[in-house]
Amino acid sequence: MAKSYVSATINGEQTEFLCETQQTLLDVLRDVIGLTGSKEGCASGDCGACSVIVDGRLVCSCLVLGVEAEGKTITTIEGIAQGDHLHPIQQKFLEHAALQCGFCTPGLIVATKALLDENPNPTETEARYWLAGNLCRCTGYDKVIRAVMDVAAEMRGETVG
Amino acid sequence: MNYIASDLKVVGTRPIRPDGVDKVTGRALFAADTRAAGMLWGKIKRSPHAHARILSIDTSKAMALPGVKAVVTAEDFPDIASEEAFVGEGPMNFRDLALNVMARGKALYEGHAVAAVAATTQAIADQALDLIDVKYEVLPFVIDVEAAMAPDAPILHDDLFTAGVTPVPTKPSNIAKVVTFKKGDAEAGFKDADVIIEGRYTTQPVHQAYIEPHACLATYSPDGQINIHASSQGHFMIRAYTAKLLGLELSDIRVNPAEIGGGFGGKTLIYLEPVAVALSKKAGRSVKMQMTREEVFRGSGPTSGATIEVKLGAKKDGTIVAAKQVLKYQAGAFPGSPIGPGCMCGFAMYDLPNVDVVGYDVVSNRPKVAAYRAPGAPITSFAVESAMDELALKLGIDALTLREKNAAKNGTKTHYGPTHQNIGFTAVLDAVKSHAHWKTPVKEGQGRGLAVGFWFNIGGESTATVHVNEDGSVTAATGSPDIGGSRASIGMMVAEVLGVPAERVRTVVADTASIGFTHLTGGSRVTFATGMAATQAAEKVVDDLKRRAAATWEIPVDAVEWKDGKAYPAGSNAGAFEPLDLAALALKAARTGGPIAAEVAVNAQGAGAGFGAHIADVSVDKETGHVTIERYTAIQDVGKAIHPSYVEGQIQGGAAQGIGWALNEEYIYNAKGQMENAGFLDYRVPVASDVPMIEAVLVEVPNPRHPFGARGVGEVPIVPPMAAIANAIRSATGLRMVDLPMSPPKVRAAIDAAG
Amino acid sequence: MSSLSYAAPTSVDDAVKLLAGASGLAKVLSGGTDLLVQLRSGRLKPDLIVDTKKIPGIIGIREENGGFVIGAATPGAEVEAHAKLKAAWPGVVEALDLIGSTQVQGRCSLAGNLCNASPAADSVPALYAAGAIAVVVGSKGKREVPVEQIPTAPGRTSLAKDEFILEFKLPARPARASDAYLRFIPRTEMDIAVVGCGISVTLNEKGVCTAARVSLGAVAPTVILVQAAADVLIGHTLDADTLAKLDAAAQAAAKPITDKRGTIEYRTKIAGVLARRVAAIAFDRASGKTNGKAH
Repeated sequence: MAKSYVSATINGEQTEFLCETQQTLLDVLRDVIGLTGSKEGCASGDCGACSVIVDGRLVCSCLVLGVEAEGKTITTIEGIAQGDHLHPIQQKFLEHAALQCGFCTPGLIVATKALLDENPNPTETEARYWLAGNLCRCTGYDKVIRAVMDVAAEMRGETVG
Repeated sequence: MNYIASDLKVVGTRPIRPDGVDKVTGRALFAADTRAAGMLWGKIKRSPHAHARILSIDTSKAMALPGVKAVVTAEDFPDIASEEAFVGEGPMNFRDLALNVMARGKALYEGHAVAAVAATTQAIADQALDLIDVKYEVLPFVIDVEAAMAPDAPILHDDLFTAGVTPVPTKPSNIAKVVTFKKGDAEAGFKDADVIIEGRYTTQPVHQAYIEPHACLATYSPDGQINIHASSQGHFMIRAYTAKLLGLELSDIRVNPAEIGGGFGGKTLIYLEPVAVALSKKAGRSVKMQMTREEVFRGSGPTSGATIEVKLGAKKDGTIVAAKQVLKYQAGAFPGSPIGPGCMCGFAMYDLPNVDVVGYDVVSNRPKVAAYRAPGAPITSFAVESAMDELALKLGIDALTLREKNAAKNGTKTHYGPTHQNIGFTAVLDAVKSHAHWKTPVKEGQGRGLAVGFWFNIGGESTATVHVNEDGSVTAATGSPDIGGSRASIGMMVAEVLGVPAERVRTVVADTASIGFTHLTGGSRVTFATGMAATQAAEKVVDDLKRRAAATWEIPVDAVEWKDGKAYPAGSNAGAFEPLDLAALALKAARTGGPIAAEVAVNAQGAGAGFGAHIADVSVDKETGHVTIERYTAIQDVGKAIHPSYVEGQIQGGAAQGIGWALNEEYIYNAKGQMENAGFLDYRVPVASDVPMIEAVLVEVPNPRHPFGARGVGEVPIVPPMAAIANAIRSATGLRMVDLPMSPPKVRAAIDAAG
Repeated sequence: MSSLSYAAPTSVDDAVKLLAGASGLAKVLSGGTDLLVQLRSGRLKPDLIVDTKKIPGIIGIREENGGFVIGAATPGAEVEAHAKLKAAWPGVVEALDLIGSTQVQGRCSLAGNLCNASPAADSVPALYAAGAIAVVVGSKGKREVPVEQIPTAPGRTSLAKDEFILEFKLPARPARASDAYLRFIPRTEMDIAVVGCGISVTLNEKGVCTAARVSLGAVAPTVILVQAAADVLIGHTLDADTLAKLDAAAQAAAKPITDKRGTIEYRTKIAGVLARRVAAIAFDRASGKTNGKAH
C-alpha cells in the first residue's frame, strides 16, 4: 500500500509527511514527525491526552486520520508556548501545581487553550464539563480547575486573590 | 540533624517543581516517547480464554511474514524455580512473576500473555499476532472469590496448597494462604457487649488506571549488555526482575527511568521488559513495546475484589469491646493479594481490647493483582468504617464521637503486634471537629458521611548524591522515580540544608548504573526515605564545605558555621573573614580537596504511620440512583508538608480515586470469563465534572524519625472515601449500601427494595 | 500488509462512484469518532474509506422553508453554536451536544451518529422525535427518508452500498412547539447512554398538547418511536396523571437487554423516569417558560 503525501501547517510551520491510511494524526505526530508531547492514553477518544486543535477546533488526534490533516492548521502542545515564553496557561499550571505525573498535562493545556479561545469567562461548571474529556488520575482535578479559573481571570485582565 | 523546630526558609514553601516546564510544554519524555535506530515494535499475543491448557503454539506463519524479526513464547525464557522475594511493595514469587509475564502450560486469565512478536511496523506486528496459532484446551474457570473457595471450584494451580493451616493440606486449593490475627478474647468481648453490629460487604476489583500505558524500549547488545528505557515505580525493580526472569547479572542491565505517567502501585511489577529483551536478543535490534489501554485493563494488575464480614460489639457508652473480621481477598491468577495489610488496617485506627481477624488470599481466573495505593486498606476500611457508622447510629452516638472514644493513641497496641508511636490520629479528629465543613449543618436533601483511614507508610533503602557544581550550583540525584513531585520535595530539603533557594538545586532521577540501589517508589516512602538520604548527603556536603572554609581561613573546623548558604567564622574569636558562599568554595575546590560531592545510602526506619479523615456530603437522585458528591473535605496528618501543594495534590487525587472506587469503577465479566469493559469508556474513572473541589486539610504532627518531620502522604487518602460516601448515602436515604461500586442501578435497587 | 485506501471526493457524484465501485468493504467517514475506534480495535477492517467532508454542503447549517437543513457531517460544536437552530430545536442540539467530550464534539456528526446505528446514540432519539428527514444520495439519485427508517439493527442501516446521507431536514416549527432530550449515564459525562429519551411537542394556547413524538434509546435493538407514549400526551396538559401514564407507556415500550451498561429492570424504570423529565422540559420550553439546557 502506497503511503499518502500530506501537507499541513503544524505549530505554524509548513510540514509534509507520508502516512498510511490507518495511521491516526496521533500516530503521525508521535511516530512520523516526532512530536511526542501529544500522548496516547487510550487511542479511543476517551482520555484526551492526545488533544490538539485542528482549524480552531479541539479534537482528539487519535480520532483523526493522518490523511485528513491535508491542508489543515494544527496546534499541538509543542506549539502553545511562544519560543521560550510559556503561555499563561502553562505558567498557571506550574504555579498551581496542577500536575503530578504530567502525562495528561499536554492534553489538558491544549484543551484549556481551546476553552479560553472560545469562552474567556467560564464558570467552574463550564470548565469542568469542557475538560471532562481529559482524564487525570493524579490530581482529582482540583488544582487543574483552579489553574484554569485563575488563568482565565488573568487573561481577562482581572486578578484573583 | 533534625530541623523540626528550626526556622525553615525553603521547606514548607511552594516553588515550581524542577520538572515542571518540561511537563507543561510536552518535552518530558515518558516511556513511549523514546526511539532507537532500527527499532522494532513488539506486541503480545494474549489468551482469549479465562482458563485453558496451551496444547501447542505454532509461530511459523508469523515468522514467515515479511517484516517479522522475532517471535518468543515461554520456551524462550528460563523455567524459574519458586522463590519468594520482597522487591516490590509486597511479597513476590519470581516463578509466579515469570509465569505471569509469559504463560507456560496454562493460560490463567483472559489477557494472559502467551507469545510475543517483534516486527518493523506496528501493523505488521499486529498481523503477525493473528498468524500465531495457539491450540487451547479450554478449562472450567472461576472468577468470583467465594466461588473460587468452594470445594468443587476449578483449581488454577495443582501445586498450590493452602499455607497457614494445620495440618498441612494434601489437596491443592485456590486458597493460597490463611492469615489470622488475635488480640485478647473476642468471643468473651462480644458476650460483654451491649450492642452488636454485623455486616457483610463486597468490593470489586478496581484498576489503578494510570493514564500512561506500560511501555519500554529494550536493546540487547551482542556482548550481553542490555539497556532498558522504561517507566515504572522502580527502575531497580525492573533491573532485578528482568535479570531474574532471564537469568542475567544485574551489572549487565542498565535501566533508564523514563518519566512515569502515573502508577499508584500498578507499576511496581513488570509485564513487558523481559519480553522486550528476549525479542531484542533474538532479533538483534532494539524493541519497543507499549500496551494498548485494553491490554492495560486485561493484562495488568487491578487490586483485589473482596468479601468482608465485620462484627463489632460495644458498650452503651460507645466503648468497643470486641471486633471481628473475616476477609476474603481475590488475588487474581497468582497468590499475593494484599490480604496482610487488609487484616491489619481495618482496625488499626482503634484501641480495641479484643480482636479476631481471619484473612484468605484466594486465586481465581483474573489478572494477577498489583499494588494499588495503600494496598488492601481501602477494602477493609470500607467494611469497618461502614460498620462503625451503623454502630454509631444504633448507639445514638455521633459518628465523630464514637471514633474519638475508641481512637488509637500513642502507646495503643495494635491487634497485629506493633504499638502505635508518634501518631497524629487525635489531631486529625480534632481537626474534623473544628472544621467548617463538619460544623455546617447538612443541606436539605443531602447526607453527610465521615470515615477515617490508616496506612503504615514505609521507609527502606535509598541512595542520594549531592554535587556542588563548579559554579556553586547544586545537583541532587536519587534512585527514586518521581511519580508526583518528589524531585521538588527532595531538592527543597537539600536546598534547606545548604541554605540556598530551591531553584539553586536541580534534582534528577539517576539510572541504575549511576546511583546506588534504591527501593521502588511505593509505600509513600520517597519523601521520607530518599529525602532522608538526600538530607544526609547535603549535610555531608555542608560538613565538607565547612572543612574547606576552615582550611582556607586556617582556623579549626568547629570555628566555622554554615548559614544561608555561606561559611562564616563562628563568632569573633574565630577571626574576621569574609563569608564564603557556595560559588566561592566551588572555585577553590581543586585546592581544597577536589570535587565537592557526597553520597549517602540509608535503610530508613520509622516511617511514621498516617491517619486521615474524610467528610463527604452527597445528594442522591432517588429515581435514577445517581449519587452526586456535593462537598468533600479530606483531613490528614502529613507530619510535615515539604511542598504543601503536592501534599494537597496527593490527598485530592487519592480522594478522587476513592470516589471512583465508591461509585462506578469495577471489572465487568461476561459468562465466558472475559472482561467486558476494558476501556475508559466503560471502566468509569471520575471525570472533571464528576467531582467537586476537594478541600485538603494538612495536619502536621511531626514524625520525629525524619529530619523535617515528614511522613508518607500518598496512600492514606484513598482509604476513607468509599465508607465516607456510603455513610453519606446512608445519611441521605436511610439505606446501607454494602456492595461496591454504589452505582446508580444498585442504589436504585436498594431504594426500591426498601419500598 | 493491509491495503486500506483513502479518498476524499469533492462532489456527491465522485463519492457515489467510489462507493459503488469499491471492491471490498467501503466505509463513509464523517467525523470518524466511531469509525476510527472500530478501525483501531480491529473490529472493522475496511478496504476503502471515503471521506465525505470535502463535498460542498455536507458541512454547514442553512434555513429553508422555515425549517433547517443541517449538513450531514457538520461537527457537533458547529451545530451547538447555531443560535437560531438551538432556539427552534433545543432538544436536537442538546442531544448532539451530549455525544462524548468537547474533543469529540469537534468531530462527531448527526450522520455518523445515525449510521453507526447504535441503539444508544444520543442524537438519534432527538432526531426521531423531531421527525427529521435524511437526504440520502446514491447512484439512483437523491431520496428523502424519515430518519427512523435508516437504522435497522445494531450496526446496520437501510442504506445501499453506494448511498450516504448528505443532509438532514428539520421541519418548520409552529408556535408553542419545542423539544428536549435527556439521557441517563452513570457519570456526568463521557458515558454511553444507559437510556435516552427525546420528546417533541406542540401545545395549544391552553397548554394542551396537540402533537407529540416520543422516542427512546438503548431500550431496543434500535432507537424506537413510542406512539403509545405520544398518544398519552396528545390532548392533555402535563399533569400528574399524564406523567404517570407517560411513565407507564415508556416502560411498556422498553424492551432492553442486560449488558455492561445496564440491566433490563433498571433500564425499564429509567425509561419511565426520563420520559417524565423530558416531557416536563419540552412542555416548559413549548410554553415559553424556559429554553435552557436540560443537563
